[in-house]
Amino acid sequence: MSYTLLAVLGAAAAVLVDLVVLRTRLLTTRAFWVAYAIIVFFQLVTNGVLTGIPIVRYDPDAIIGWHLVFAPVEDLLFGFALVMITLSTWVKLGGRETRRAAR
Amino acid sequence: MSHLSYLAVLAACLVATAPLELVLHVGVYAQWRRLLLTLLPVVVVFVAWDVFAISRRMWTYDPRYLVDVTLPGRLPLEELLFFLVIPTCAVLTYEAVLTRRPEWRS
Repeated sequence: MSYTLLAVLGAAAAVLVDLVVLRTRLLTTRAFWVAYAIIVFFQLVTNGVLTGIPIVRYDPDAIIGWHLVFAPVEDLLFGFALVMITLSTWVKLGGRETRRAAR
Repeated sequence: MSHLSYLAVLAACLVATAPLELVLHVGVYAQWRRLLLTLLPVVVVFVAWDVFAISRRMWTYDPRYLVDVTLPGRLPLEELLFFLVIPTCAVLTYEAVLTRRPEWRS
């Protein structure tokens, strides 16, 4: 299986986690998309460093071959899946009670 | 020095997001149990993905830029730390947005 296919499946699975499994529905909120826009910018910076030096190298046969700031576009889907699952889990575990108790 | 390169990138991420906790008071590190519970499934899933990709040689790491600590699955230590640091930065960012714009929660 290529990284391309795996990345598409991972991003799709992350969407399902948010909308169906945990039902956090972050994809429908402005806060998620604004946060994600900020995160993607910094992902391009840090991932650009990792792939530009390069600290990480990709097998050309495993990726589709489109790059953005040195990194394969698949990394955007990988990053989206990582952020989506993280924030969905975080919100699911939260709630105003938890927040107040912690402050 | 170059062996610390990857580690330095991760450290920079933590330093850059620290003001969100220290100045903006988003309260993410303050909720450390919730943060650890969040990171647990994320680390399990994405380390599994990483180990699979490494085993298929989808990507490789240049040992010149890594501290010489390799975990089971030929996983560089930095990769495990990546899946702790980056999700933490994501949560800090999300909570920072909510702190400034609570009405954007829904």
